[in-house]
Amino acid sequence: MISPFFIQFDGEVKTVIHYIGKRLLQLIPVLLGMTFVVFMIIRAIPGDPAQVILGQLASKEAIEALRLKLGLDNPWYVQYFDYLAALLKGDLGESMRTVQPVSKEIWPYLAATFELALFAIIIAVIIGVNAGIISAWFQNSWFDYAAMIIALIGVSMPIFWLGLMEQWFFGIELQWFPTSGREEVRNPVSAVTNLYVIDTILNGRFDQLGQVLKHLVLPGIALATIPMAIIARMTRSSMLEVMRADYVRTARAKGQKMFWVVYKHALKNAIIPVLTVIGLQTGMLLGGAILTETIFSWPGIGRYIYEAIQFRDYPVIQSGILIVAFIFVMINLIVDILYGLIDPRIKYD
Amino acid sequence: MTKREIILEVKDLQTSFFTDDGVIPSVDYVDFHVKEGEILGIVGESGCGKSVTSLSIMGLVPSPPGKITNGQILFRGKDLTKFSEKEMRKVRGNDIAMIFQEPMTSLNPLFTIGNQLMEAITLHKKGWSRKQVKARAIEMLKLVGLPRAEELMKDYPHQLSGGMRQRVMIAMALVCDPKVLIADEPTTALDVTIQAQILKLMRELNERLHTAVILITHDLGVVAETCERVVVMYAGKVVEEGTVDTIFNNPQHPYTKGLIASVPDMRFKKQRLYSIPGNVPKPGTIPNGCRFAARCESVFGRCTVENPSLYETSDNHKTRCFLYDEKGVGVNDKTAATS
Repeated sequence: MISPFFIQFDGEVKTVIHYIGKRLLQLIPVLLGMTFVVFMIIRAIPGDPAQVILGQLASKEAIEALRLKLGLDNPWYVQYFDYLAALLKGDLGESMRTVQPVSKEIWPYLAATFELALFAIIIAVIIGVNAGIISAWFQNSWFDYAAMIIALIGVSMPIFWLGLMEQWFFGIELQWFPTSGREEVRNPVSAVTNLYVIDTILNGRFDQLGQVLKHLVLPGIALATIPMAIIARMTRSSMLEVMRADYVRTARAKGQKMFWVVYKHALKNAIIPVLTVIGLQTGMLLGGAILTETIFSWPGIGRYIYEAIQFRDYPVIQSGILIVAFIFVMINLIVDILYGLIDPRIKYD
Repeated sequence: MTKREIILEVKDLQTSFFTDDGVIPSVDYVDFHVKEGEILGIVGESGCGKSVTSLSIMGLVPSPPGKITNGQILFRGKDLTKFSEKEMRKVRGNDIAMIFQEPMTSLNPLFTIGNQLMEAITLHKKGWSRKQVKARAIEMLKLVGLPRAEELMKDYPHQLSGGMRQRVMIAMALVCDPKVLIADEPTTALDVTIQAQILKLMRELNERLHTAVILITHDLGVVAETCERVVVMYAGKVVEEGTVDTIFNNPQHPYTKGLIASVPDMRFKKQRLYSIPGNVPKPGTIPNGCRFAARCESVFGRCTVENPSLYETSDNHKTRCFLYDEKGVGVNDKTAATS
């Protein structure tokens, strides 16, 4: 048999670990700069958290007392360094609104987004990559034209409109899928990891697993549409270039089946630009798709941060954005590592 | 010399490209054959249809727009043009193998040499164990003169030089003991010393393994050194065919004469290099009559009106030129008969 197609790892473990370490060190200044920018920007938004929390009719004294309690009376640099010092100890602060530690409060939201984004990106990659490959393989065929027209519609479709149409058609007309939330309200999932697909399996509640998956479908498709279209178009153009390469002809001259010529020899060469796009899109989905989460009442990180902004809940905004940025950078790191695993000519340094 | 059987015969082959400007035949009624264990040279300028001929034999003409529109390709008496894609896959790499002009880009950069060599074996030797396959791959690398074959199996193409890569390509082509090896300009992209090594290797392997070789080139020096017989092509047609000796000592077609005259001679220093005036006609704009007429020094009235046939001027020597019409008997030629 031929060895696994995609990963031919040739004992470079040490260099890879070295590379990851180096990249993680480079992360520190990036994230530090990030905290500063976010910290300054949210304080530039007009509005006082104490005022928002206590409401319009609150007395001046009450507001002043709350400001003092929240540390908002200090100059900005003192606040910033207090925040940084806490951050270095792993303390993300307390929500001004709920008085809960952010690190504890944020996880269910993050998990909800993670589950949805992962579901969406898996759909987008499987359908997008294959549609792109087949379009390139049978260039100018009816499949190619149809796929590329659909992809064009996909990238230009406003997500809120698509979401509403899905809810109307699949949710209300056909009643196939629920239109909001992550679970049946009358049959709630007892959270373990907060990734409900895993939780229901861990709890052995397979009836709930079906419900959870059903809840994922409509927001998942809405979220997957744009990445799917971008991935399909990228795969197609990258594959078209590679299919003309000499080594593709060599593979055919050996007597290899066209399917393997395409899926082994051509795809591995064409996948790198596609991987870049997949990485960026995954990062964006994990950043929380506020529109989708709002339309489908999905309790995700996007909505969590959005609500925190309305309440001027500084610690939540700061930590939320910091975590999203961190995830984004980590995904890019993973993509960069994958480059080297796929292409032996790319060196880690 | 013992009488050898014809292993591959190309008869009246026409391969056309269906473009927006109409149907353009790139190879136009080409006939030639290769005998077992023979080295046949196909010579001609770029664009004369050499590569399309070889791709036609392999069934690898890019389609669309290319298509074989006429003729037969007989391999051991069976017509390959009638084969299905599935049947052709069993021929490719197994009975007829091919190596290409660009060793730098002909190997997949993302797979190891071992992976690619072993792939070529497993495709055709179904019952072999992994151990056997690996042993065979290493054996082939040694056969083509590559040092440290075992380690080379784990190397990627970019770690090898152009000459080494072409050796790997040859090893890969010969790994299933094909009866015919088509080498499409195998040395063009290599520098001269490496060229000589590769040609020597191909001659040695031809003698050892008795693989018939079709050597496609534009380099007459390569032909003189390597081949037994030569087919000269011009604008999609065979214009002269014969043994190497007859072609070089007694070239008949004005085009062949011109080609030989334009080979630089090291003995004379200040000599101006001869070149055939004009250009190869673009496919699709080929005029009536002899295709070489516009560039020919011996052109006369008949050349621009009629199509010359391939005339047999002596044993093993055929020329497509009216100058030889009276001397020889025209061999069977469909184009001349139809137009």
